[in-house]
Amino acid sequence: MSTKHLAVAALSLIVVCVFPVAKLLAFCGFYVAKADAQLFNKASKVVIAHDGDKNVVTMASDYQGDPREFAVVIPVPTVITKPQVHVTENALIDHLDAYTAPRLVEYFDEDPCAPRRAYEGPMARMALSANSVGGGKRSADALGVKIEAQYTVGEYDILILSATQSTGLQTWLSQEGYKIPAGAADVLGSYIKQGMKFFVAKVNLQEQERLGFHFLRPIQVAYESPKFMLPIRLGTVNANGPQELFVFTLSPKGRAETTNYRTVKIPSGLDVPLYTKRDFGPFYKAMFDTQVGKEGMRTVFLEYSWNLGFCDPCSADPIPNDKLIELGAYWLVPAAAATPPNSGIVGPRYNPNGPQGATYVTRLHIRYDREHFPEDLMLQETSNRENFQGRYVMHHPWTGEASCPAGDTYNKSLPQRFSREAENLAALTGWDLAAIHREMEETGQSFDPAKVMQAPKWYEKLWPQGE
Amino acid sequence: MDPRHYQITALASLLAFGVLFLDFDISVDCIALILASALITQFACTRLFQLPHFDPRSALITALSLCLLLRSDSYVVLFGAAVIAITSKFVLRWNGKHIFNPTNLAVALCIALNWGWISPAQWGSATWLAFLLVCMGGLIVTRAQRADIALAFLLLYAGLLFARAMWLGDPLTIPTKQLQSGTLLLFAFFMISDPKTTPSEVRGRLLMACALAVSAFVLQFQLYNPKALIYALVLLSPLTIILDYLFPARVYQWPPTITRGSSHEHKTSRRRSA
Repeated sequence: MSTKHLAVAALSLIVVCVFPVAKLLAFCGFYVAKADAQLFNKASKVVIAHDGDKNVVTMASDYQGDPREFAVVIPVPTVITKPQVHVTENALIDHLDAYTAPRLVEYFDEDPCAPRRAYEGPMARMALSANSVGGGKRSADALGVKIEAQYTVGEYDILILSATQSTGLQTWLSQEGYKIPAGAADVLGSYIKQGMKFFVAKVNLQEQERLGFHFLRPIQVAYESPKFMLPIRLGTVNANGPQELFVFTLSPKGRAETTNYRTVKIPSGLDVPLYTKRDFGPFYKAMFDTQVGKEGMRTVFLEYSWNLGFCDPCSADPIPNDKLIELGAYWLVPAAAATPPNSGIVGPRYNPNGPQGATYVTRLHIRYDREHFPEDLMLQETSNRENFQGRYVMHHPWTGEASCPAGDTYNKSLPQRFSREAENLAALTGWDLAAIHREMEETGQSFDPAKVMQAPKWYEKLWPQGE
Repeated sequence: MDPRHYQITALASLLAFGVLFLDFDISVDCIALILASALITQFACTRLFQLPHFDPRSALITALSLCLLLRSDSYVVLFGAAVIAITSKFVLRWNGKHIFNPTNLAVALCIALNWGWISPAQWGSATWLAFLLVCMGGLIVTRAQRADIALAFLLLYAGLLFARAMWLGDPLTIPTKQLQSGTLLLFAFFMISDPKTTPSEVRGRLLMACALAVSAFVLQFQLYNPKALIYALVLLSPLTIILDYLFPARVYQWPPTITRGSSHEHKTSRRRSA
């Protein structure tokens, strides 16, 4: 038997950073770009649907290597039987990731000379919205390891183990060909004493071939336990540097937060220069790095928390009930006649299955290592139903004729506004202010009042600079 | 110095720090609502229960503690919590003392009924040292009048956390981090050591500290309840009646210099006992 790499709890991801294709939708306050989990290296994505003692955990594997060498060991609070395990599609988690991703929205200034009118609708609402060993084998019994259950689900062979001592469990896993990182025994021992079982999954190559999948699909586990937590300690034992984790929770109650690490809202609602649209991926990464540094890598970041009944602005299609139910939201009723998601409109978009009552999604983003996150993540659902999203705003200046006193005032105010946007960007990302100023000048946001007040030539409108 | 003045200053400073630097999930209007509701209720109860004069200090302490602990997205809940907390001081009494710490009762009720929530990690672990200093300052100001229960609780709770870590084979960074909690210190120094609810005699207080530490530990680590401290105190508070019966002592009075002769609590107590 070949030696399997133990992809423990946190599953290390090696993904080429691909900036998501920005949908260039030039509507008032419309979503134009998102920053999803693919931007980050070594990122794991876990979805937990939680209601009282009922939990459904969906774990997206970020493993990119040979499926023969894949194995995962996850501490679980109870014995898991075959009907409690399911294998789902990556698209499901990807959808939730895209739907909750921090987003960039853009507004277009009105003609300063046109009569003022009261704004209702999306813009007004927007303003409010603010992751074989050879030799003599010893029997499981002799090592204090008990195989509680053993079955195959989808392309995975699954074992549920309980153990009486960490060294026995470690020896047994090693005998069976699992490569256990050094230092894992202490952590395994702690979980054993806490009465945890171990969910061990590896790929069944025949099944995988029969099913026709060429990549690893997320495993789902449903169980009843008052423990609302995510074990991260095994993943930090042998980790090479900090890891990135996205935790998505679904709850009928409200927002989820960690109870043993401070949960902090990611900065949101700030005005940024127009060129951020082009650089939204790097912007978001730099912004997250800066925030992690500022908090000393000791906090959990809230990136999105919203009622699943609608989104505004939306960074992906609303998620229909059947998909949410597959993710574990058992309290929802599947709608028989779903209407297709409304698309291409300004402002809020509603769930095709109607209002979700009180179904809330929370997206938490954690960068962690052993030193700063020694404990597992303990979570709680709260009755907090405030909607929050990581959202950054671009304001396109009016580029038409503005020959009136109000137009002059407007033009004179622009350099100051651009300076504020530059300062926001510098404070958020730690980027050099002078470089931001240069970039803004090059992309048409001039700080020179004379240039601002000069109406663009007709040919400059044909090929805007920087696009 | 009246210990209440120190408490008001300390709690207000902690609240300002939390709102300004730790992004507490409470807005200025919610703070104003809680403060106003508590003071108005105190005023109304002063009249209703015919106390000699209106004293806002105790109500302010309760209101500030509520602001520090309770979170809700409903104004009605925040208003209700302030009213329940203050009213409980006048209604739920035994032998001249409050049966429940007013803040504790209101918060426990709100979170049990899912009307609100608490964020046990809102202080983070970076600020715990400053927090500890504030709490220790309180001990000096109050001349350690009820420090025994706070210190006994913390010592036993810390002992249980370290014993658990050693039994599990966990690194000691885990219990250390668990202890570096503003919520825990606030609970110990500003809630369970409330002189109007703690047992009057030292042995009673030490027994209460032990019962609290063990219950909070079991709730937190055996029943996995993140609100363990709040629930442990509200469930065990009535035990004070038995402990005061077993170990009788003079009921605590706020310093008489402030109320020119005798505190309203004392008068109430005498009137009721009469």
